Amino acid sequence: MSIKVENLTKFYDDLAAVDDISFEVKEGEIVGFLGPNGAGKTTTMKMLTSYLPPSSGKVYINDIDVLKDSISARKHIGYLPETNPLYQDMNVIDYLVYVARLNSVPKEKIKDSVKKMVKTCGLEEVKGKNIGELSKGYKQRVGLAQAMLHNPDIILLDEPTSGLDPNQIIEIRKLIKELGKQKTLMLSTHILQEVQATCDRVLIINNGKIVADGKPDELQRQFEGQMSVKIGIKRDPKYNSEKIIREISSINNVQNTKLISEDGNMWFVDVTASKGTDVREEIFRKIVSLNAVLLEMHKEETSLEDIFRKLTKN
Amino acid sequence: MNNILSIYRKELRSYLYSPIPYILIIVFMIITGWFFTTNLFLNEVVSLRGVLDVIPFILLFYIPAISMRTFSEEKKSGTIELLMTKPITEYDVVIGKFLSTITLAAFTFLPTVVYVISLTFLGKLDFGPVISSYLGLLLLAGLYISVGIFSSSLTENQVIAFIISFLIVFALFMINKVLVFVPSGMVSTMEYISSDSHFSNIVRGVIDSRDIVYYLSGIIIMIILTKTSLESRKW
Repeated sequence: MSIKVENLTKFYDDLAAVDDISFEVKEGEIVGFLGPNGAGKTTTMKMLTSYLPPSSGKVYINDIDVLKDSISARKHIGYLPETNPLYQDMNVIDYLVYVARLNSVPKEKIKDSVKKMVKTCGLEEVKGKNIGELSKGYKQRVGLAQAMLHNPDIILLDEPTSGLDPNQIIEIRKLIKELGKQKTLMLSTHILQEVQATCDRVLIINNGKIVADGKPDELQRQFEGQMSVKIGIKRDPKYNSEKIIREISSINNVQNTKLISEDGNMWFVDVTASKGTDVREEIFRKIVSLNAVLLEMHKEETSLEDIFRKLTKN
Repeated sequence: MNNILSIYRKELRSYLYSPIPYILIIVFMIITGWFFTTNLFLNEVVSLRGVLDVIPFILLFYIPAISMRTFSEEKKSGTIELLMTKPITEYDVVIGKFLSTITLAAFTFLPTVVYVISLTFLGKLDFGPVISSYLGLLLLAGLYISVGIFSSSLTENQVIAFIISFLIVFALFMINKVLVFVPSGMVSTMEYISSDSHFSNIVRGVIDSRDIVYYLSGIIIMIILTKTSLESRKW
């Protein structure tokens, strides 16, 4: 087990920032650590890296207790802190060499691993520049390079895409996905698309407690409520919208049918059916049997966003 | 050991690549140069006394200034989190920074060798006290630097770090000058704590183990305190 957390709790004064959480991350998993701002994501990350000690509970990194032997545990970890701190007055190469030394990368391998990271993270163009002169996107890449340089088994990224522009975000996500093929990766974020785009598994944390844990699509199924279908029917003077709605309402399992709007050539109807049923086929047949024309049909999915909102609303 | 060396090299490099040490050398040479020349031409004495009398006083400002950023800056920019999540210990970082700062100080003292050289042309110079003076200078600077690094580890504000370390070294400097106000039983203790009395012993050419032990133990205590202060985030 790459990361194992048991009953982890952290108090800041009287406030429990992290409240008795337990989870495990298997080798090779990409886990998204999701939660609103202030939910305890960063505090948990800091405890995983042994920067902060827990008030109670245990953290194991590759079966090493981080409190008992934090130096050996740290060797297995690559960490990008939330604020991406960097030495602004150093140039990219010098900085990466310095980090390699601190991670006790063997002397003869330093040059190669720095070169490889510069390539992987797309830093070729800026490698001789001072970090202070780089754009935010490049700084973030230097931060990522710094975290992965010594080829750690476990990579912890605290909000790796915050403050980047959409193109950079896509690039960083691609990089994360690429890395996740060989490594155990845990990234914290409050951006839902990020989790959907990159992660095998989601941990949702709120007020210091884990409120959901599973694969994104599993969670979607689990939290799915009533089925909701939006349909658009061609407007035709021959038909009466009320009649159509009445007919649709008579379908099995349909609980509610409502005309939500009508424009020049379409009626929009919202149909809700009981949980776990699919009434789309029936709706189609019914409309065909009425000789009306179905122009649009769309099933409203319970998005991760809905789940997130449901779970983290106080 | 390797880790200390990595920290040492990085710190020294960032010192030497910035304009600060060169400005410091100029300031240091202007002040000491004035005392050197007045002693030489007005008092007509071939010795470093003039410079050596004023150096402990200059160091009161000078050392807090060069050591104030050691940890404050890391704290402010957050790089301390980067350092403390790498597989290195607090001691590695503190000792690496201490050694690099004392190297910087030694580097800025180096130009004072001109005074020694010019004195050898002017008369017979006793080299014993000269060598012990440099040793004393390094020990005194070392003690002040360890205080400066400790103060820097307390705050992310460099100005506050400067003030704290100035107050501590000023107290160490002043303590043997206020002995008349101290009850007689405490005089010898107070005198032992004073950084200045040990310095004047060494400068006179008397190298006593008591003086060396004073500086080294002071430095070690401050390094331990700095390590403890870095760990305070864990309390």
